[in-house]
Amino acid sequence: MASSFNVNTRTEDGYAVIQTDGYLNGPTAEKLAETAKDLMSQGYNTFVINLERTRLVNSIGISILIEIIELLDEHGGALHFCHLTPVIERTFKMMGLTQHAEIHPDEETATTNL
Amino acid sequence: MANQVRREVTLNIPIHPNMELVAAHTASIIAEIMDFEETHIDEIQLAIIETCINAFEHSNSRDSKVTVTYVLTDDELQLKITDHGTGFGMEKTELLSGEARAQAMQKRGWGLEIIREMMDEVDIKSSDEGTIITMLKKRDN
Repeated sequence: MASSFNVNTRTEDGYAVIQTDGYLNGPTAEKLAETAKDLMSQGYNTFVINLERTRLVNSIGISILIEIIELLDEHGGALHFCHLTPVIERTFKMMGLTQHAEIHPDEETATTNL
Repeated sequence: MANQVRREVTLNIPIHPNMELVAAHTASIIAEIMDFEETHIDEIQLAIIETCINAFEHSNSRDSKVTVTYVLTDDELQLKITDHGTGFGMEKTELLSGEARAQAMQKRGWGLEIIREMMDEVDIKSSDEGTIITMLKKRDN
Protein backbone atom coordinates (compact mmCIF):
# COMPACT_ATOMS: atom_id res chain seq x y z
CA MET A 1 0.00 0.00 0.00
CA ALA A 2 1.40 3.40 -0.92
CA SER A 3 0.11 6.76 0.19
CA SER A 4 -0.34 9.32 -2.55
CA PHE A 5 2.83 11.33 -3.13
CA ASN A 6 4.02 13.43 -6.05
CA VAL A 7 7.07 15.52 -6.83
CA ASN A 8 6.99 18.29 -9.43
CA THR A 9 10.05 20.17 -10.57
CA ARG A 10 10.68 23.43 -12.36
CA THR A 11 14.10 24.60 -13.45
CA GLU A 12 15.10 28.24 -13.66
CA ASP A 13 18.36 30.01 -14.44
CA GLY A 14 20.74 28.59 -11.81
CA TYR A 15 18.27 26.85 -9.54
CA ALA A 16 15.45 24.32 -9.41
CA VAL A 17 12.19 24.33 -7.52
CA ILE A 18 10.93 21.00 -6.22
CA GLN A 19 7.32 20.88 -5.07
CA THR A 20 6.15 17.94 -2.98
CA ASP A 21 2.56 16.82 -2.60
CA GLY A 22 1.78 14.36 0.20
CA TYR A 23 3.24 12.63 3.26
CA LEU A 24 7.05 12.72 3.39
CA ASN A 25 8.35 9.50 4.94
CA GLY A 26 11.25 7.18 4.10
CA PRO A 27 10.14 5.94 0.66
CA THR A 28 8.70 9.26 -0.52
CA ALA A 29 11.74 11.23 0.70
CA GLU A 30 13.89 8.74 -1.25
CA LYS A 31 11.84 9.67 -4.31
CA LEU A 32 12.56 13.32 -3.59
CA ALA A 33 16.29 12.53 -3.16
CA GLU A 34 16.32 10.75 -6.54
CA THR A 35 14.75 13.83 -8.12
CA ALA A 36 17.43 16.04 -6.51
CA LYS A 37 20.23 13.72 -7.72
CA ASP A 38 18.77 13.76 -11.22
CA LEU A 39 18.74 17.57 -11.21
CA MET A 40 22.32 17.61 -9.88
CA SER A 41 23.39 15.43 -12.79
CA GLN A 42 21.92 18.14 -15.05
CA GLY A 43 24.12 20.74 -13.34
CA TYR A 44 21.72 22.17 -10.74
CA ASN A 45 22.96 22.41 -7.17
CA THR A 46 20.72 25.09 -5.68
CA PHE A 47 17.24 23.91 -4.80
CA VAL A 48 14.08 25.35 -3.31
CA ILE A 49 11.86 22.65 -1.83
CA ASN A 50 8.30 23.90 -1.60
CA LEU A 51 6.33 21.97 1.04
CA GLU A 52 3.05 23.85 0.57
CA ARG A 53 1.22 20.60 -0.22
CA THR A 54 2.95 18.52 2.45
CA ARG A 55 1.44 18.58 5.92
CA LEU A 56 3.28 15.65 7.53
CA VAL A 57 7.00 14.86 7.51
CA ASN A 58 8.25 12.06 9.75
CA SER A 59 11.75 11.75 11.25
CA ILE A 60 12.86 9.22 8.61
CA GLY A 61 11.83 11.63 5.86
CA ILE A 62 13.81 14.38 7.59
CA SER A 63 16.88 12.12 7.87
CA ILE A 64 16.80 11.76 4.07
CA LEU A 65 16.49 15.54 3.67
CA ILE A 66 19.67 15.80 5.78
CA GLU A 67 21.38 13.43 3.32
CA ILE A 68 20.35 15.73 0.44
CA ILE A 69 21.82 18.71 2.34
CA GLU A 70 25.08 16.79 2.91
CA LEU A 71 25.26 15.88 -0.77
CA LEU A 72 24.70 19.48 -1.82
CA ASP A 73 27.31 20.67 0.70
CA GLU A 74 29.86 18.37 -0.96
CA HIS A 75 29.08 19.98 -4.32
CA GLY A 76 29.00 23.58 -3.14
CA GLY A 77 25.25 23.73 -3.46
CA ALA A 78 22.46 24.99 -1.21
CA LEU A 79 19.01 23.92 -0.13
CA HIS A 80 16.16 26.26 0.73
CA PHE A 81 12.71 25.36 2.04
CA CYS A 82 9.47 27.29 1.86
CA HIS A 83 5.85 26.99 2.98
CA LEU A 84 6.57 24.92 6.09
CA THR A 85 3.81 24.36 8.62
CA PRO A 86 4.77 25.48 12.15
CA VAL A 87 5.17 21.85 13.23
CA ILE A 88 7.40 20.92 10.28
CA GLU A 89 9.55 24.02 10.89
CA ARG A 90 9.88 23.15 14.58
CA THR A 91 10.88 19.58 13.77
CA PHE A 92 13.45 20.76 11.20
CA LYS A 93 14.98 23.06 13.85
CA MET A 94 15.04 20.25 16.43
CA MET A 95 16.91 17.94 14.09
CA GLY A 96 19.45 20.55 13.01
CA LEU A 97 18.37 21.09 9.40
CA THR A 98 18.26 24.83 9.77
CA GLN A 99 22.03 24.96 10.40
CA HIS A 100 22.60 24.06 6.76
CA ALA A 101 19.41 25.02 4.96
CA GLU A 102 17.40 28.22 4.92
CA ILE A 103 13.69 28.47 5.59
CA HIS A 104 11.51 31.04 3.81
CA PRO A 105 7.83 31.83 4.13
CA ASP A 106 7.07 31.42 0.41
CA GLU A 107 8.64 30.59 -2.94
CA GLU A 108 9.04 34.20 -4.04
CA THR A 109 11.01 35.09 -0.91
CA ALA A 110 13.10 31.94 -1.28
CA THR A 111 14.02 32.57 -4.90
CA THR A 112 14.91 36.21 -4.32
CA ASN A 113 17.30 35.15 -1.53
CA LEU A 114 19.29 32.55 -3.49
CA MET B 1 -17.93 19.33 39.99
CA ALA B 2 -19.76 17.59 37.15
CA ASN B 3 -18.34 14.30 35.92
CA GLN B 4 -16.46 14.60 32.63
CA VAL B 5 -17.81 12.63 29.70
CA ARG B 6 -15.24 10.05 28.60
CA ARG B 7 -15.31 8.49 25.15
CA GLU B 8 -12.94 5.85 23.85
CA VAL B 9 -11.91 4.66 20.39
CA THR B 10 -9.64 1.65 19.88
CA LEU B 11 -7.82 0.82 16.68
CA ASN B 12 -5.74 -2.26 15.92
CA ILE B 13 -3.31 -1.61 13.10
CA PRO B 14 -1.08 -4.19 11.43
CA ILE B 15 2.64 -3.51 11.25
CA HIS B 16 2.79 -2.55 7.61
CA PRO B 17 4.18 0.46 5.70
CA ASN B 18 1.99 3.58 5.91
CA MET B 19 -0.39 2.07 8.48
CA GLU B 20 0.82 4.82 10.82
CA LEU B 21 -1.25 7.16 8.64
CA VAL B 22 -4.43 5.29 9.61
CA ALA B 23 -3.67 6.01 13.28
CA ALA B 24 -2.70 9.62 12.50
CA HIS B 25 -5.80 10.33 10.39
CA THR B 26 -8.03 8.84 13.07
CA ALA B 27 -6.35 11.10 15.64
CA SER B 28 -6.85 14.06 13.32
CA ILE B 29 -10.59 13.39 12.98
CA ILE B 30 -10.99 12.95 16.74
CA ALA B 31 -8.98 16.11 17.49
CA GLU B 32 -11.09 18.08 14.98
CA ILE B 33 -14.26 16.86 16.69
CA MET B 34 -12.72 18.05 19.98
CA ASP B 35 -12.00 21.50 18.45
CA PHE B 36 -8.23 21.33 18.76
CA GLU B 37 -6.36 24.04 16.83
CA GLU B 38 -4.84 23.06 13.47
CA THR B 39 -1.24 23.23 14.75
CA HIS B 40 -2.10 21.04 17.73
CA ILE B 41 -3.72 18.53 15.41
CA ASP B 42 -0.47 18.40 13.41
CA GLU B 43 1.47 17.89 16.64
CA ILE B 44 -0.78 15.01 17.68
CA GLN B 45 -0.50 13.43 14.22
CA LEU B 46 3.29 13.65 14.18
CA ALA B 47 3.56 12.22 17.71
CA ILE B 48 1.39 9.25 16.79
CA ILE B 49 3.28 8.68 13.53
CA GLU B 50 6.62 8.64 15.36
CA THR B 51 5.25 6.30 18.04
CA CYS B 52 3.88 3.90 15.45
CA ILE B 53 7.00 3.82 13.28
CA ASN B 54 9.13 3.23 16.39
CA ALA B 55 6.94 0.23 17.18
CA PHE B 56 6.96 -0.95 13.55
CA GLU B 57 10.77 -0.76 13.32
CA HIS B 58 11.95 -1.78 16.77
CA SER B 59 9.33 -3.69 18.73
CA ASN B 60 9.76 -7.16 17.15
CA SER B 61 6.08 -7.49 18.00
CA ARG B 62 4.90 -11.07 18.45
CA ASP B 63 1.45 -10.40 17.00
CA SER B 64 2.63 -7.92 14.30
CA LYS B 65 0.16 -5.29 15.36
CA VAL B 66 -0.07 -2.09 17.35
CA THR B 67 -3.11 -1.09 19.37
CA VAL B 68 -3.97 2.58 19.56
CA THR B 69 -6.52 3.74 22.12
CA TYR B 70 -7.86 7.29 21.95
CA VAL B 71 -9.51 8.51 25.14
CA LEU B 72 -11.48 11.75 24.75
CA THR B 73 -12.58 13.85 27.67
CA ASP B 74 -13.94 17.41 27.67
CA ASP B 75 -10.54 19.06 27.70
CA GLU B 76 -7.87 16.54 26.74
CA LEU B 77 -7.03 13.72 24.38
CA GLN B 78 -5.10 10.74 25.70
CA LEU B 79 -3.41 8.34 23.29
CA LYS B 80 -2.19 4.93 24.38
CA ILE B 81 -0.08 2.96 21.92
CA THR B 82 0.61 -0.64 22.86
CA ASP B 83 2.77 -3.26 21.19
CA HIS B 84 3.55 -6.79 22.32
CA GLY B 85 7.19 -6.68 21.35
CA THR B 86 10.46 -7.15 23.18
CA GLY B 87 10.61 -3.67 24.71
CA PHE B 88 13.55 -1.29 24.77
CA GLY B 89 15.94 0.15 27.36
CA MET B 90 15.38 3.80 28.20
CA GLU B 91 19.14 4.37 28.45
CA LYS B 92 19.28 4.10 24.65
CA THR B 93 17.07 7.18 24.35
CA GLU B 94 19.21 9.50 26.45
CA LEU B 95 22.75 9.09 25.12
CA LEU B 96 23.10 12.63 23.81
CA SER B 97 21.08 15.77 24.35
CA GLY B 98 18.82 16.88 21.53
CA GLU B 99 20.95 19.99 21.04
CA ALA B 100 24.16 17.95 20.68
CA ARG B 101 22.46 15.61 18.21
CA ALA B 102 21.06 18.55 16.21
CA GLN B 103 24.54 20.10 16.12
CA ALA B 104 25.91 16.86 14.70
CA MET B 105 22.89 16.57 12.35
CA GLN B 106 22.33 13.05 13.70
CA LYS B 107 19.93 11.44 11.26
CA ARG B 108 18.14 8.74 13.24
CA GLY B 109 16.89 8.12 16.77
CA TRP B 110 14.76 11.25 17.08
CA GLY B 111 11.37 9.60 17.55
CA LEU B 112 11.00 9.85 21.32
CA GLU B 113 12.37 13.37 21.44
CA ILE B 114 9.86 14.50 18.81
CA ILE B 115 7.02 12.79 20.69
CA ARG B 116 7.99 14.58 23.91
CA GLU B 117 8.21 17.90 22.07
CA MET B 118 4.79 17.54 20.46
CA MET B 119 2.75 16.32 23.43
CA ASP B 120 2.06 17.75 26.91
CA GLU B 121 2.75 14.55 28.80
CA VAL B 122 4.43 11.32 27.73
CA ASP B 123 4.81 8.16 29.80
CA ILE B 124 6.71 5.12 28.57
CA LYS B 125 6.50 1.69 30.11
CA SER B 126 8.62 -0.94 28.42
CA SER B 127 9.45 -4.52 29.38
CA ASP B 128 10.11 -7.80 27.61
CA GLU B 129 6.32 -8.15 27.42
CA GLY B 130 6.01 -5.08 25.23
CA THR B 131 5.78 -1.30 25.32
CA ILE B 132 2.98 1.07 26.28
CA ILE B 133 3.39 4.73 25.41
CA THR B 134 0.74 7.00 26.90
CA MET B 135 0.56 10.59 25.65
CA LEU B 136 -1.65 13.47 26.61
CA LYS B 137 -2.62 16.63 24.75
CA LYS B 138 -4.58 19.32 26.55
CA ARG B 139 -7.01 21.30 24.43
CA ASP B 140 -6.37 24.75 25.88
CA ASN B 141 -2.64 25.08 25.26
